[in-house]
Amino acid sequence: MIEFIDVYKTFEHKGVDRVIALNRINVQIEEGEFVTVIGTNGSGKSTFLNAIAGKFLCDSGSILLDDKDVTRSWEYKRASIIGRVFQNPFTGTSPDLSIMENIRIAELRGLKRGLSGGLSAKNRQRYQETLKSLEMGLENRLDATVGLLSGGQRQALTLLMATLRKPRILLLDEHTAALDPKAAEQIVKLTRRLVDESQLTTVMVTHSMSQALDLGTRILMMHKGKIIGDIKGDERKRTKVRDLLNRFSELRKEELLDDELISMLQEGYY
Amino acid sequence: MTLWFGAISQGLIYSFLALGVYLSFKVLKFPDMTVDGSLVTGAAVTGILLVNGVHPLLVMLIAITAGCIAGIITGLLHTKLKIDPLLSGILMMTALYSINLHILGRSNLPLLRVRSLLTLFQSESFPFSQDVVHLIFFFLLVLIIRFIIVWFLRTDLGLAFRATGDNPAMITAQGVNIHYTKILGLAIANGLTALSGSLIAQYQGFADIGMGIGMLVAGIASVVIGETIAPGKKIKWLITGVIVGSILFRLLIALALKAGLNPIDLKLITALFVLLALCFPMLKKIIKNLFRVKDKE
Ligand SMILES: Nc1ncnc2c1ncn2[C@@H]1O[C@H](COP(=O)(O)OP(=O)(O)O)[C@@H](O)[C@H]1O
Ligand SMILES: [Mg+2]
Repeated sequence: MIEFIDVYKTFEHKGVDRVIALNRINVQIEEGEFVTVIGTNGSGKSTFLNAIAGKFLCDSGSILLDDKDVTRSWEYKRASIIGRVFQNPFTGTSPDLSIMENIRIAELRGLKRGLSGGLSAKNRQRYQETLKSLEMGLENRLDATVGLLSGGQRQALTLLMATLRKPRILLLDEHTAALDPKAAEQIVKLTRRLVDESQLTTVMVTHSMSQALDLGTRILMMHKGKIIGDIKGDERKRTKVRDLLNRFSELRKEELLDDELISMLQEGYY
Repeated sequence: MTLWFGAISQGLIYSFLALGVYLSFKVLKFPDMTVDGSLVTGAAVTGILLVNGVHPLLVMLIAITAGCIAGIITGLLHTKLKIDPLLSGILMMTALYSINLHILGRSNLPLLRVRSLLTLFQSESFPFSQDVVHLIFFFLLVLIIRFIIVWFLRTDLGLAFRATGDNPAMITAQGVNIHYTKILGLAIANGLTALSGSLIAQYQGFADIGMGIGMLVAGIASVVIGETIAPGKKIKWLITGVIVGSILFRLLIALALKAGLNPIDLKLITALFVLLALCFPMLKKIIKNLFRVKDKE
């Protein structure tokens, strides 16, 4: 379904060495899996999702989606099988366009767009029904511009848009992080429902360990561009927040040792 | 009376330019300097073909196509060679200056006594004066183009085009190649601009190499007026607003000239007007803050 073979990606940063965002990632995600990704800030979680989506070309390695090598394929082409929700509620929708226009755009994700009109009365009714299921009070505001919506409403709409045409892969990048707790909870509920309904293969980045355990069937732990933990199956069922925390604090200890070692070596050198 | 007729006719003719600028500058968020050149291209192509006796309707289509090609090249410079929008347009505009001179063969080409779109509609049988006939012709043409643009912007392709300027990351994630939609938009914008150039050459009776100077700014001025007077945010109101904005802009100019404004200062005043309009949100904030300080005192 999703396969990374030795994927390596660096970014240029002014005045410092290139940052290694993905350091030889090898991972395979099967159809129907719901993977949650956790890790420290800057560990490469977003870069991992962006590599799947094709936001950039990787330095080396290969990426396979649905057994097809997409390593060099454009982002807009991969979009035909990928639905996405971003951390920033502003990223997933077009603010100057109406709710209805946004939904119409999403309904044609990856399809050819021609000179036919999709803003018909028939579609309006259909969209209204779909919006009702969000329980966000959007069903009577089809002509309101999306710029007027709250962050939670936008994320709900984006989630709906990402799944309206069933994607082969759903990518969620900390999509509740920018919301207040109540809205975040609503979005989590909606995520669970939409993913369950269509049995979507999902990769979700989250900053919350409890969310990572609450949702999904498998956990990937990232650190410094590497996948340092892959918890699935029975182990995943037994895992508690405490276990995750322990693994990260172990990591911190190791790193501290590393740093000390380096500074000792440096002192010896001078 | 003829003064007002002239101003309104010009406003209608330049409304294609204003619509083009609306599409590139407002919808795509692409300040496209190409229009300063493609307007002249439209006029030059029209001039030389009319002088050589080509049918005016065919001439109009060729002029629009020439403008579209200019827009496509600007779009290619920007998308494929990653050149900044403003610079892409400036490069194209500069190149067009030479090309336009080549087409014209000289810096000013008179179009007197040639068969043009306007002479097509001359007939003894019309009960009104020629000015009125021209005005009606321009008005009908504007109505048709307005209808087409409003229709296009609500099609699936039109929605993708609008979202491209509004949120390129989102529309890419929805599977749209924004290189394509940007190039398409610039082609339409410059095709419309060339149509303005073509008509203004026929209306004035000459094509001139300098007639494009300041056209982007004039277009922005019309768009700004149009957005201000548009009664709603719906596409059809905005498009109608831009057309009325273009007419008001030409009326304002006519009024200013009648009141004794030196024509030399026209572009200066227009630039100041656009500057003011662009700074308006900032000015509003500053003034608000001033009052707030006063409140405290
Ligand atoms: N577009 C980019 N340009 C430069 N550096 C980037 C870019 N995207 C990510 N990075 C760098 O790559 C590393 C990983 O970033 P990211 O994947 O966003 O981390 P996370 O999502 O886990 O917090 C960071 O050091 C970040 O600065
Ligand atoms: Mg991130």
